[in-house]
Amino acid sequence: MNGTRLQRYGGLLLLALALALGPLFLQNGFHYNVAILAGLNAIVCIGLNLLIGYAGQISLGHAGFYALGAYASAILPDRFGFHPLGAMITGAVAVGLIAFAVARPILRLKGHYLAMATLGMGIIVSIVLDQEVDITGGPDGMPVGDLSAFGYVVSGNLAWYTLVAILLFITVWLALNLVHSPVGRALKAVHGSEIAAAAMGVDVFHYKVLVFVVSAIIASVAGSIFAHYSGFITPDEGSFIHSIELVTMVVLGGMASITGSIVGAVLLTVLPQMLADFHDYEMIVFGAILMSMMILMPKGLVPTLAGLFKGRRS
Amino acid sequence: MLAEFLQFLFSGLTVGAIYGLIGLGFAVIYNASHVINFAQGEFVMIGGMATVFLMKAGVPMPLAILIAIAGAAAVGWVLARFGIETARGSTVVGLIIITIGASILLRGLAQVIWDRNFHALPAFAGDTPIQILGAALLPQSLIIGTALVLTMLGLRLFFEHTRIGKAMQATAIDPLAAQLVGIDTRRIVRLSFVLSAALGAMAGVLVAPITMTYANVGVMLGLKGFAATIVGGLGNPLGAIAGGLIVGIAEAMTAGYLTSAYKDAVAFIIILFVLLFMPNGLFGRAEVTKV
Repeated sequence: MNGTRLQRYGGLLLLALALALGPLFLQNGFHYNVAILAGLNAIVCIGLNLLIGYAGQISLGHAGFYALGAYASAILPDRFGFHPLGAMITGAVAVGLIAFAVARPILRLKGHYLAMATLGMGIIVSIVLDQEVDITGGPDGMPVGDLSAFGYVVSGNLAWYTLVAILLFITVWLALNLVHSPVGRALKAVHGSEIAAAAMGVDVFHYKVLVFVVSAIIASVAGSIFAHYSGFITPDEGSFIHSIELVTMVVLGGMASITGSIVGAVLLTVLPQMLADFHDYEMIVFGAILMSMMILMPKGLVPTLAGLFKGRRS
Repeated sequence: MLAEFLQFLFSGLTVGAIYGLIGLGFAVIYNASHVINFAQGEFVMIGGMATVFLMKAGVPMPLAILIAIAGAAAVGWVLARFGIETARGSTVVGLIIITIGASILLRGLAQVIWDRNFHALPAFAGDTPIQILGAALLPQSLIIGTALVLTMLGLRLFFEHTRIGKAMQATAIDPLAAQLVGIDTRRIVRLSFVLSAALGAMAGVLVAPITMTYANVGVMLGLKGFAATIVGGLGNPLGAIAGGLIVGIAEAMTAGYLTSAYKDAVAFIIILFVLLFMPNGLFGRAEVTKV
């Protein structure tokens, strides 16, 4: 127990150090932009990994929650005079309620049926954002106001970086606490064998719903931050492709590995930027890398590398 | 009134048959390997695009169609052999991501080898509509309907009266038992990819004269095909066809009577409702979980 606790706080310390030293390596606006986007993706992925990796439930619709958060932060302050923080919280609460309402029927489904149901839900969200032109600006997207709180307006690369870094740190801390709590142990049991867990008295369904709602709220908040940061959003934020990207980051980095989610998010955010030099061949290279990594490292990047490291030591 | 309804019904049955054919491909692969192939839509794209560009190169249409379908089938084989087979030990989600990678790769290849533009294929039997009770029926719709019926009959013959077809059935029911009686299940998985790639490509050729074809045409068509399979019950070929027709008709009726803005959402709303009340699809068998 002490060992794992030490590891946990050691890991958090390392993360804090890495995040604090980050700006030393970021030389221009482009670097900052990639780092901030990678951080936001990492936040969503950690939440999603709680669902996929720990609770063993797939979701192909989380971009829908992300987009709802983003549009709440775009629409509420502009149309209804909400404070940006108020809008973000309202969005998160609404997404939490929606997730709770959908989770109850949806999470009774298993495997591919669950994948399809969450996929359908995400696509419906993106189609609504696309079609309700009067409210959302439709496919052209809409501008988003500044994020301000307590008389301070978040602007400039370093300020955004700091905000995202702090949020990422909090998310990791929360996720680690959840994983190492009775809830986390119950989730692991659910993933191992749902029936055995239920027989041991774990209220399987309750935990699945809880994690689904938590991961949706995390996605919504990240969406809100993204909206303020980029200053302009389109329904693409909620597209099926974006949902797939998020799941890919989780699986590529390693399921049930919080470090894996950060690595996966950073990798798949940086990779397309680097591949932009390939122009027309970008999709080909990206698809090939995705396939070969999943074939060579089915467990994901971080667990595979960790396994190699452990194997060599013993 | 009736004419209007018939008109919507015709267009619904036409796209529904296409969704059904694509859904059939999902079902065939799922039965053989329990993989959901997210590159299914790309087979549809390859069928349409290859035919278009072969015809531009001067190949007569029937031959172009055959080459396109054979090409897609070859791509299916490669995906099964080098994508799925080499990835043993992958989780279900891992396999899904491999097929998603394949889908991105194939779309990228299509944009480089062909182009990013929209292309139309000439209708096989002309554009003069047939008038039925005041509604216009395109000859292409009749061809699509005929193709669907012939495919169903052909598959039935294949699955019930050929050795290899029976072996596929056996693998679907119990892969381990199939292996024990000497069935090479790896070959069955490859064959299932070849078969469903051919089915997808055929759907792509058939629908190209109506909806145009382009490098990303497979994304939405693939998802609708997946929806069709799920509505009908995963792994049930006849269910996939029925699911396709249900989705197609519902879409056409929504576009006609309610709003065309939400046409694309219909398939997914149906999915959610079906799954709420019938978690195994309309015609799916209930799954018994063994400990």
